[in-house]
Amino acid sequence: MARLHIDQVSKIYTGTQRAVDAVSIDVDDGEFLVLVGPSGCGKSTLLRMIAGLEAITEGAITIGERVVNDLDPAARDIAMVFQNYALYPHMKVYDNMAYGLRNRGIARDEIDRRVREAATTLELGPLLERKPRELSGGQRQRVAMGRAIVRNPAAFLFDEPLSNLDAKLRSHMRVEIKHLQRSLGITSVYVTHDQLEAMTLADKLVVMNAGKVEQIGAPLDVYERPASTFVASFIGAPAMNLIPFSALGDDGRLGLRDATVATIGFRPQDIIEVANDNEDGDGLSLRFVVDAVEPVGSESYLHGKVGAERVVVRIDGRAPHREGDRIGIAVPSERLHAFDADGRRLEGWRTPDAVGDAGTAMRKTRAT
Amino acid sequence: MDKVRFGHSIVPYLFLLPQMAVVAVFFYLPAGEAVRSSFFLEDPFGFSSTFVGLDNYADVLSSTEYRRVAIFTVWFTVLVALFALAIALLLAVKADTVLRGAKTYRTLLMWVYAIAPPVAGLLGILLFDQHVGPFVDIASWFGWNLRIGVNYYDTAFAMIATAVWYQVAVNFIFFLSGLQSIPRAVREAALIDCRSGLRRFFTVTLPLLTPTAFFLLVINVTYALFDTFGLIDLMTKNEPGNNPVTLVYKVFLDGFRGNDLGGSSAQSVILMIVVFALTLVQFRFMERRVHYA
Ligand SMILES: Nc1ncnc2c1ncn2[C@@H]1O[C@H](COP(=O)(O)OP(=O)(O)OP(=O)(O)O)[C@@H](O)[C@H]1O
Ligand SMILES: [Mg+2]
Repeated sequence: MARLHIDQVSKIYTGTQRAVDAVSIDVDDGEFLVLVGPSGCGKSTLLRMIAGLEAITEGAITIGERVVNDLDPAARDIAMVFQNYALYPHMKVYDNMAYGLRNRGIARDEIDRRVREAATTLELGPLLERKPRELSGGQRQRVAMGRAIVRNPAAFLFDEPLSNLDAKLRSHMRVEIKHLQRSLGITSVYVTHDQLEAMTLADKLVVMNAGKVEQIGAPLDVYERPASTFVASFIGAPAMNLIPFSALGDDGRLGLRDATVATIGFRPQDIIEVANDNEDGDGLSLRFVVDAVEPVGSESYLHGKVGAERVVVRIDGRAPHREGDRIGIAVPSERLHAFDADGRRLEGWRTPDAVGDAGTAMRKTRAT
Repeated sequence: MDKVRFGHSIVPYLFLLPQMAVVAVFFYLPAGEAVRSSFFLEDPFGFSSTFVGLDNYADVLSSTEYRRVAIFTVWFTVLVALFALAIALLLAVKADTVLRGAKTYRTLLMWVYAIAPPVAGLLGILLFDQHVGPFVDIASWFGWNLRIGVNYYDTAFAMIATAVWYQVAVNFIFFLSGLQSIPRAVREAALIDCRSGLRRFFTVTLPLLTPTAFFLLVINVTYALFDTFGLIDLMTKNEPGNNPVTLVYKVFLDGFRGNDLGGSSAQSVILMIVVFALTLVQFRFMERRVHYA
């Protein structure tokens, strides 16, 4: 049980290229931190620096009260769950879990107690005498979890532990991991490139891009107020629609105050369909041409274009639309996001009276 | 998957024929001949032979000279296999830590070592040569007057050292590739679970290396028993009288130098039985302790 403090940490593998670039993150005691980002953004590298499997080029990492930069992985009081589980192939499940405890000189009956307790929690009881190769992927994953749990460490580190499982098992294990972490109250850092996993697991979400932190925050805050176009397009599925402001042909109804607005964003589910001639209200209203309809059961996605820009629209239930349909769409102004030319989020970009209650009026329209 | 079926035709046997012919001509025929002649006493000029039953075997097994050679062979094999494996493993572990990650370098090193064994063998022989080898000089600095080919123990030492020298290179390649095939994440998990490097080696690395080690043990024992013939011949300088030789070399000595074909045949039959038993033991008892991950 400990706080984790990452202070201006960088990693340089070769030359001057920074795989991780001056990252600072604080993880509170018992908090579940998720690092998310596209492939190659440096998530694993950062996690491995916390674990001690990779040297820290610059900066400092503190676990509890200790700066761990120069400590061996085994001395850092962390436990790690690897993507391909990394079980010891020659040891039985029991020994896989007991190994780390034996090497720490813990008494035999205490080891036995902890292993059996973890086995009960993870429903591994009948498998204790098996070798890893005699287990299914999901069972191996649970053994890897068990190996971490028995250690009762200061922090858990997870590197994409669910990515080798099928979709159903993955969502099951996701819930299980969250539940376990909650009940054990152990500080955790979890790496994933799956934004759904990130959203559902995290107390605190860190979105990384090219070695840098793009945004840190509670998952829903990140979702609702993405700090950059990168975050906006990465968090949420389908991704937020991003359209250059110049392509909107704004007639002033957006009440633009900040002239630096370069991109306007809105999520597919914030779009409402309006009659073709609907021009009132102060949101955004646009002409949309349907290119493809994608039904997923409870909802449908219309893929198409506004002018030359690609846009995705979410429709409740089954969409009656067909390819080639032209429809009017509108977005309540309070549901719009604005970004500057560097892709940074802009706040207060609209004149105060435009912010009024036009948005609420729009929402009513949507409800009917 | 569809298998091609030949029914009861003779085609598959025809395919097997060349292989079978080679085995028959070069193994079964000579082996059969050895078994046959081990029951006969051949007169020195090869004109006649008399059936003597198991007399040849009795002679061989009761001879003190044979027992002496057998004991030396056991020591020789054990020491050669032990040192060749241990030294190679040590070198491979060191090389492995240097090579982790450096892929191109690793491949290059493997190439060099793949070519090296014959060259290394030659070098070994030169190193321990009585006249040109530097080892004799080095030993003399320490007051050890090495007389290879003359003194029994000096010759034994040089023989073992050269055989080890030769075999280390081969073992090294196998151990290194065995080490490199241990998944990185497994090593890293061990790094988190166990602080002591030595302990990690014995509890994780070595057990995962046992398939390689087992395979190499078989190879090394076979090497020490049979492939050292040339080496022994070279070192004893045709003066085997007072020098250590192995059982295989003694078969040759007695058969072709001593013209005792019956006795030498009996010896080779005994060797065949020993090899057969050894193979059984190795696969039966050792494979159980091997972790094929
Ligand atoms: N051992 C290494 N040597 C050199 N460069 C490396 C090494 N490991 C990683 N990198 C580089 O560092 C960057 C970050 O890699 P990292 O493995 O942290 O990415 P990641 O975010 O975990 O991606 P993924 O989701 O694909 O696992 C990448 O550009 C990668 O090429
Ligand atoms: Mg990764």
